[in-house]
Amino acid sequence: MSMVLFDVPGPKARVRHKILAVAGIAVALAAVAYVVMRFIATEQFTARRLDWINYKQIQLSLLEAIGNTLSAFAIGAVLALVFGALFAAARLSDHAWVRTPAAVIVEIFRAIPLVIMMFFFYYGLPSTGIKMSAFTAVVVSLMLYNGSVLAEIFRAGINSLPKGQSEAAYALGMRKTQVMTFVLLPQALRAMLPTIISQLVVLLKDTALGFLITFEELLRWGTLIGGDAVNFGRPMISVMIVVALIYIGMCLLLTWLATYLEKRNRRNKKVIKTDNDDAGQVQLGNASAAVGGVTV
Amino acid sequence: MSVLTNNLELFLRLFGQTLQLFAISAVLSLVLGTLLAALRVSPVPVFRAIGATYVTVLRNTPLTLVFVFFLFAYPLLEILRIEPYTAAVVALTLYTAAFVCEVVRSGINTVPVGQAEASRALGLTFTQMLGNVVLPQALRSVVPPMTSTMIALLKNTTVASGFAVPQAGSIRDALSEQGDNVLFGLIWVAIGFVVLVMPLTYVQQVFEKRWSVAR
Amino acid sequence: MRVRTLAAVLLTGALALTACGKEGGPGETPAPAGVFDVAKDVKVEGSPTFEKIKTRGSLIVGVKEDQPGLGYKDPTTNKYSGFDIDIARLVSAKLGFDPEKIQFKTIQSAAREQALINGDVDYYVGTYTINAGRKEKVAFAGPYFVAGQDLLVKKDDSSITGPETLKGKKVCSVTGSTPIKTIREKGYTEPENIQEFQGYSQCVTKLLNGEVDAVTTDDAILKGYASAEEGKLKVVGKTFSKEPYGIGLPKGDDALRGKVNDILQAALDGGDWQKIYDGTLGKSGSSAQKPTIDRY
Repeated sequence: MSMVLFDVPGPKARVRHKILAVAGIAVALAAVAYVVMRFIATEQFTARRLDWINYKQIQLSLLEAIGNTLSAFAIGAVLALVFGALFAAARLSDHAWVRTPAAVIVEIFRAIPLVIMMFFFYYGLPSTGIKMSAFTAVVVSLMLYNGSVLAEIFRAGINSLPKGQSEAAYALGMRKTQVMTFVLLPQALRAMLPTIISQLVVLLKDTALGFLITFEELLRWGTLIGGDAVNFGRPMISVMIVVALIYIGMCLLLTWLATYLEKRNRRNKKVIKTDNDDAGQVQLGNASAAVGGVTV
Repeated sequence: MSVLTNNLELFLRLFGQTLQLFAISAVLSLVLGTLLAALRVSPVPVFRAIGATYVTVLRNTPLTLVFVFFLFAYPLLEILRIEPYTAAVVALTLYTAAFVCEVVRSGINTVPVGQAEASRALGLTFTQMLGNVVLPQALRSVVPPMTSTMIALLKNTTVASGFAVPQAGSIRDALSEQGDNVLFGLIWVAIGFVVLVMPLTYVQQVFEKRWSVAR
Repeated sequence: MRVRTLAAVLLTGALALTACGKEGGPGETPAPAGVFDVAKDVKVEGSPTFEKIKTRGSLIVGVKEDQPGLGYKDPTTNKYSGFDIDIARLVSAKLGFDPEKIQFKTIQSAAREQALINGDVDYYVGTYTINAGRKEKVAFAGPYFVAGQDLLVKKDDSSITGPETLKGKKVCSVTGSTPIKTIREKGYTEPENIQEFQGYSQCVTKLLNGEVDAVTTDDAILKGYASAEEGKLKVVGKTFSKEPYGIGLPKGDDALRGKVNDILQAALDGGDWQKIYDGTLGKSGSSAQKPTIDRY
């Protein structure tokens, strides 16, 4: 679409674009140059402030911190997917006494900030005698929150499937649970895969909130090494750049996986075209709205 | 219940600050996000690249990291001294703007191609077309996901808890300092957010239903 | 294909990372001579903790890791150092165990009582203020140091001379800590001038940048930061509270408490205590009063 917004540029426009491009590059470069100059002027890149990279013990602790982030992500993701599938199925149940509580729970967990949930499990619950480690508190919060969002995504995915699918399954004599687990959920999962993965990217980023409850993840590692005055004179800038690059790298890998799966999906003949395109569009819109709520 | 009634003033004050933080960052991120979206669809490739880089970097960085950067790393550069509150606004704005940009951009993509072609045939310039034809039409498909983005921003203000910016997330600190029951205090904070978010979700669903039919 | 390239890149990256690690830290302070001579044939009659240590053959000591000069874990070596650490080593040596074999375990403030009750650590040395509430759960030997709330300011700042000069100044401390509560309750500065972060190190960074005017907590902790920053900061030296630091022991083990008190008394009388102080906190330039052991 964006290419339709403007004509193929004529000679005048091309000159104008070139001038604008040069100006744009100049502004961008000036901004970058200014920041780099500040880096140098405030001695952020002196040998002492970069020296931390060289130590084996620090490299090991970095790997450990990444490991903690990734294991919180992995466990949180699996639990959230299970939670999401269960609650999506519950929200589509024929019985109001299953449907309504499931809907209420999903809506509530989607409305509560993740930070508040983590505080609740880590600082609130111990007064009742239930003690959770920071890791458990992070994982449980990630499960409840992202699980609720995933439940909405699954539900939208199932709703977008043609009615004929479940009708055919019922006609074959399958029971409700069978229809759900063997026919609807797998297809919905496939259809919603890109959305699900981008939700998982969100989950990965949200592990960094564990920082606020002293979970020893990547960001916490960064503030610890970056704040070290004794050995390295507070290399906060260089450490944070590395930490940011690692996060961006991990998220891009996941996003890349999503696009790869989407492409493979499109080639795959097993995918069913949804009932009518408009309805599918609306449902997808719904789901992406649901995701939009959290992707941020 | 007594946790709430005894500290009503505290709850109201801090939720008020949450709303203030939210309002300021919301306005700023809407402006910045729309500008970025304009960059991302512009005819100049360099502008598109700048917009795309910004969005990729900010969307794949945890918000907590953006906060840490502006609170603990940025001051080391000795550029312009900012208060923690300003730093929080900047972090929330820069982060949310990336998402606003994507919402606006995908909204633009929903406007039928013929609209753009027709306006070009009429001789409208890029800016005229974007401002007078495409964006007004894109608005209807933008509003529901934008509401979601804003709900997320509202909830994200609580990240400021670890960074010396008082808002609803800091209620826990205040309660535990007074020796009050943190568990129930946090339940009330959660209820507070549910109360704030629910109407927004409702509005979003209404818009979505109405406009999905119109489309 | 792309997957394989990516995997290869990651693998080489990981190899490069682990292959060139420097061992050891940039600078290490040797232990003061004579302090840690291991005593022989030590007996502590009727102490269950001591029996446990003897069968194990080494000590497990709870400490802090983020307070330079007191209890600090060097990220480059994973070695602990500081006043508290040396006190822990002294006690170990005089109990007849090689201080080199101590297993240090980082325990956060909030988890200290639980760690002693559970028997996760044999004793705890980490800015542990003796007070009546804690005495109900654990036993204290010492005090081995009497700290007091003080202020850390920039070296050239002469406007802050004590708590009553804080009006209109920005004061930083750790969220939920007693010192910041005192500042707030006594109204030493305006509520909007109080900034709270998760760690003292973050406050010190803000102080160095001139974003806050003072950092407040126990003078021992502040002295540690002052000596880590080598002449950029100073401790005001006018304490306005008394925080006697004790060695936390399992409650009921009076035999061990008596023994540790004897060890501390001997160190105070003999000069070992002074040597330890001079080698750690004393580097900040300020002297300290010797504490009086309280055998309650």
